[in-house]
Amino acid sequence: MTSAGHNFERGRSLLEMMERIRAFEEQACLAAERDKLVLGAIHPSIGQEAVAAGIMHNLSKEDILLSTHRGHGHTLAKGASSLAMMRELLGREGGCCGGKGGSMHIADFDVGMLGANGVVGANITIAAGAAHAIKLLGDNRIVVDIFGDGAINRGPFLEGINWAVVFKLPILFVCEDNQYSATTRTASMTAGEGAAARAASLGMRATTVDGNDVEAIADTVADIAARLRAGGPPEFLHAKTYRRTGHTSFDPATYRPANESTEEEKKNDPIKRQRAVLVAAGMSEANLQSLHENAQKEMIDVLKKAAETPFPASETAFQDVQDIGSPAVEAY
Amino acid sequence: MPKLTYRDASLAAIQHSMREDQTVWCVGEDLGRGGVFGQYKGLREEFGESRISDAPISEAAIMGAAFGAAMIGTRPIVEMRFSDFALCATDELVNQIAKARFMFGGQSRAPMVIRKPMGLWRSSAAQHSQSLESWYVHIPGLVVVCPGTPQDNYSMLKAAIACDDPVVYLEHKGIWDLEGDVDFSKEYEFGKAEIRREGSDVTIVSWSNTANLAVEAAEALSEQGIDAEVIDLRSLWPWDKEAVLKSVAKTGRLVVTHESVAVGGFGAEVVATVAEQAGHALKGPVRRLGAPRSLVSYAPNLEDMLRVTSEMIVTAAQETLKKAS
Ligand SMILES: Cc1ncc(C[n+]2csc(CCOP(=O)(O)OP(=O)(O)O)c2C)c(N)n1
Ligand SMILES: [Mg+2]
Repeated sequence: MTSAGHNFERGRSLLEMMERIRAFEEQACLAAERDKLVLGAIHPSIGQEAVAAGIMHNLSKEDILLSTHRGHGHTLAKGASSLAMMRELLGREGGCCGGKGGSMHIADFDVGMLGANGVVGANITIAAGAAHAIKLLGDNRIVVDIFGDGAINRGPFLEGINWAVVFKLPILFVCEDNQYSATTRTASMTAGEGAAARAASLGMRATTVDGNDVEAIADTVADIAARLRAGGPPEFLHAKTYRRTGHTSFDPATYRPANESTEEEKKNDPIKRQRAVLVAAGMSEANLQSLHENAQKEMIDVLKKAAETPFPASETAFQDVQDIGSPAVEAY
Repeated sequence: MPKLTYRDASLAAIQHSMREDQTVWCVGEDLGRGGVFGQYKGLREEFGESRISDAPISEAAIMGAAFGAAMIGTRPIVEMRFSDFALCATDELVNQIAKARFMFGGQSRAPMVIRKPMGLWRSSAAQHSQSLESWYVHIPGLVVVCPGTPQDNYSMLKAAIACDDPVVYLEHKGIWDLEGDVDFSKEYEFGKAEIRREGSDVTIVSWSNTANLAVEAAEALSEQGIDAEVIDLRSLWPWDKEAVLKSVAKTGRLVVTHESVAVGGFGAEVVATVAEQAGHALKGPVRRLGAPRSLVSYAPNLEDMLRVTSEMIVTAAQETLKKAS
């Protein structure tokens, strides 16, 4: 899509979002390793930003998104505030979840982001249910559920996809395939032809896309979203990308060839690729540089502000458990 | 006042709630034909197939999808068929439904009723007979109720449907045909026990169908001149500590009894609370009566080895009245 027909504005905005996601996660990793401010595990999506940016470009805040433990990029691209997100990673007041969820449970219902999930695959059935309710209520929103390549070996993959097909729900399932499940090469533990073939076997239209080509993802999802909004059946997207970091920010990933990640970066980094697309479409180096610097500045600033924010008030440990029989009323 | 079975009382509660609130819907296997115990009979005809929804045999998806639907503005009633099968949806209930509101800092609610028919049901053996109510009480975020009468199966189900918290609703499948008066105007308040019989000599605490056996036992005891008070907790979380403590302060004697395994059962919680907060009031040994920690058999005589009977409750009550040695 680098021809005259290239939508320059969209291309620029896709790059901008990827730069912001990258910068956010770089700062989050620094906050974890350098500053010891992120105490729990974080799962970076560095190298996978095209999936988040390309999909979310086609969704409004009213549309519903569910994500995974590796969900910072999805959440940011759906429209969540970077400051509220960073505060959540640091477990601070004003975090999207009041500091009670952290990275793995990040959610922002105001922008239709119904949560990352600490249990692999669990959101597949929940997302199907969100789409089920949309159908019952008769409105026009669509649901996107993103999960990893490892999740296709869990039961909810079968149950949730069958459910969506049976009830003809307005949902797009996305397998964000970074080729690894923690320290295991997913292919070594997965039978058959993979994610798209499994979805297709249940009668679902399944598309495979280059998960490092943000323009291709945006185009593909634009078409799928249009079909879903027109009342079409659920669909499946398999986006193949690569997990450049370890499983968590602390994982040196010594279980794979030392140069694998750097080779992948050279060939396939989605940000580099999109920069090249935009240069070919006439964008100046100076403009590219300023997109990059703005993103860096935003996230450096966000980390600084988040680090200055106090921890949540201790009484919130007992809030929002339940209305009936809440622990604030009943210690035991 | 109509006389209804336990089954039909629940049917009426759903029917009345669905008429009042368009966002209430039911989902589970075989609901279109009325549910396996007939507890949804006729509802499909009135409310249609999208609100009385069949489901694939996918307990995890039934629970998970209902949860997703609850988060965005509907009030699902989830039918698990047998509480035993609900174990296939444990992650969805325990890790997702119970925790979402808290983990997301109050951004979400899961207003849903999870119906799990439990209990002994003649010759259903080990995978169709369990009572696991104490498991759920251990999970913060869940409300746990065990109605034991037709009236409660009306009022409590209506209250559960209107509740914004997820309610684990454990009906006893041995009493679907139990009949009783049902006053539709009677409202249930969560955490309020029912004093099924007033008495001054011994307090018997129970719930679900065992509360009915406790009432029978109290009648037998009264013929022996022992005046037993029967407290049907009805709700295990929250539970009516006050009613129990007040009763024990009066009687000084306590029996707690339930159908589920005694070890680690909710009876232990009741006894521990009384020991901590009203130990000085006790005038005799406390008795805790539940199933032995064994498995339910198919053969009726073997099944009965695990059954708490009203005779056993009578004996336990008599034991509490013996002088502490
Ligand atoms: C049910 C469950 N099993 C195991 C884990 C531990 N775990 C967390 S992430 C992960 C790997 C998941 O791989 P994939 O689905 O490909 O997602 P990715 O981490 O690659 O984004 C594992 C095994 C978990 N969180 N949940
Ligand atoms: Mg993976």
